[in-house]
Amino acid sequence: MVLSNYGGEFLKKDTMKIANREALIGVGLVVFHFIWWFAFAYGLGSKDISEYTYIIGLPAWFFYSCVVGFIVIAVLVTIVVKKFFVVISFDDEEKETE
Amino acid sequence: MNWESLLPLIAILIIIFGVGIWAGGYLKGSTNFVQDYFLGGRSLGGFVLAMTMTATYGSASSFIGGPGTAYNEGLGWVLLAMSQVATGYIVLMILGKKFAIITRKYKALTMVDFLKQRYQSKWVVIFSAVSIIVFLFSAMAAQWIGGARLIESLIGIDYTSALFIFAVSVLIYVTVGGFRAVALTDAIQGSIMFIGTFILLIAVIIAGGGIPQIIADLTAENPNLITPYGSDGQLTPAYVSSFWILVGVGVVALPQIAVRAMSYKNAQSMHRAIIIGTIVVGFIMLNMHLIGVFARPILPGIEVGDRVMPLIALEVMPNWLAGIVLAAPMAAIMSTVDSLLLLVSSTILKDVYLNYVRPNASDQTVKRLSIGITALLGIIVFIMALNPPDLIIWLNLFAFGGLEAAFIWPIVLGLYWKKGNKYGALSSMFTGVALYIVSDRFFPQPFGLHSVVLPVIISFIVYVGISIVTQKRTDASIS
Repeated sequence: MVLSNYGGEFLKKDTMKIANREALIGVGLVVFHFIWWFAFAYGLGSKDISEYTYIIGLPAWFFYSCVVGFIVIAVLVTIVVKKFFVVISFDDEEKETE
Repeated sequence: MNWESLLPLIAILIIIFGVGIWAGGYLKGSTNFVQDYFLGGRSLGGFVLAMTMTATYGSASSFIGGPGTAYNEGLGWVLLAMSQVATGYIVLMILGKKFAIITRKYKALTMVDFLKQRYQSKWVVIFSAVSIIVFLFSAMAAQWIGGARLIESLIGIDYTSALFIFAVSVLIYVTVGGFRAVALTDAIQGSIMFIGTFILLIAVIIAGGGIPQIIADLTAENPNLITPYGSDGQLTPAYVSSFWILVGVGVVALPQIAVRAMSYKNAQSMHRAIIIGTIVVGFIMLNMHLIGVFARPILPGIEVGDRVMPLIALEVMPNWLAGIVLAAPMAAIMSTVDSLLLLVSSTILKDVYLNYVRPNASDQTVKRLSIGITALLGIIVFIMALNPPDLIIWLNLFAFGGLEAAFIWPIVLGLYWKKGNKYGALSSMFTGVALYIVSDRFFPQPFGLHSVVLPVIISFIVYVGISIVTQKRTDASIS
């Protein structure tokens, strides 16, 4: 019994593909999220304070990085999950394998 | 004694008890006690899953000091805290469906179960169990101290009585209800946090004369407070970015998080939890830390960080409302404590006792033992929290980073890289923990990074390297 080696014979191929793709989407999202967060925070925030601009009272770097960044990522996550995540069953795979 | 704020707080605790007892009734009719007690019968829906995840992430934020630190550091600390938004989606996406399917296949109930089946190695199990017990036990003791301090300052009784009240309420519902009770109460507590922090933020903004006024006051006091660099410029981009690992992505490796990622009912619950979780985590983190920063011009000169939330709530809101809102930090501490308590007892009972001491113990014995061990652990933690030894506080600081350094690659690569083997896992766990402790003691910020970063990178190299080098050995042993 090769319990530790499930790469292929254990799970249905399609299920594996779906699971791997969704994990990769997660990695892509987090990279995008990090770049957005970092670029606005340090891109705008490293200026001299006298040059700061303000949006609804908050410094622009903070507003774009933390407030807009959060809204953007929440919308992206919602779209990605609704459009690209596939509903699969977690229990029935056993029957397909020997 | 402040009855006007105390009564709403007590009312919320009673609701929490009610849920615990209700979930306990559900346990009585259960056919698979261990699975139901430790995993809620893999029945969590999307909303409860998102909330229990959020409440558990909250423990990472109390680890980094939360609103109290934001009060001292300014907007730079809010920026840092926002790295936690990533946990809302990344944990469930990375562990994802593969983890759900494989843990079901393995019939795994804990993270250690998964590692045991994946690597088929006694040493992996023992090393994991010991790390979990040591690190989380310490994290838990520190949380109890925090909970007791909150009750102490709210009711105005002495520390020992406060600790006693806290311990009894936590123990009753963890012992009675198990994981499902904890997850459900997390859902209530998460909702309180969500609404409570929002109301408090609005009240703080009004009390401070609007956001532009507050920002102007902060700039007048110390311009650094509105930069991303912290009050004296010591928050470098490299250091702040490190928290994307410590409280962001690395959180996948925390056993209390991983166990939640195997507890949900189906793919639909997981999808819902990702969306709800991201929104709720981001909303709470942003509000909670902004409250800390905005409190500064209103109530200057608070010296103990943990007191910022209670003091500002009592300052800007009517007492009864402050009581309800203060249930939020209380709730955060309590839910952290319950989930840690349950996790340590499941490690002892499931991973050590049922694996190596008495594999065929009867359901009745297991039932009695699990409740007994949970209660006993609670009592030991209580005694430790009475007069906390320094070692505990020291270990608590390491708990999260240490667990991440130990488990991140054995879990993630164990799932997605089939060539990973027990030699790779064991050496990567050992390297991660050892390096993390050494780094934290002797080189606290190598290259300006938080001390968790290098151990995570190096344990990755070790995992891959050792797995490839020992490839022939495992192939031979399998055939």
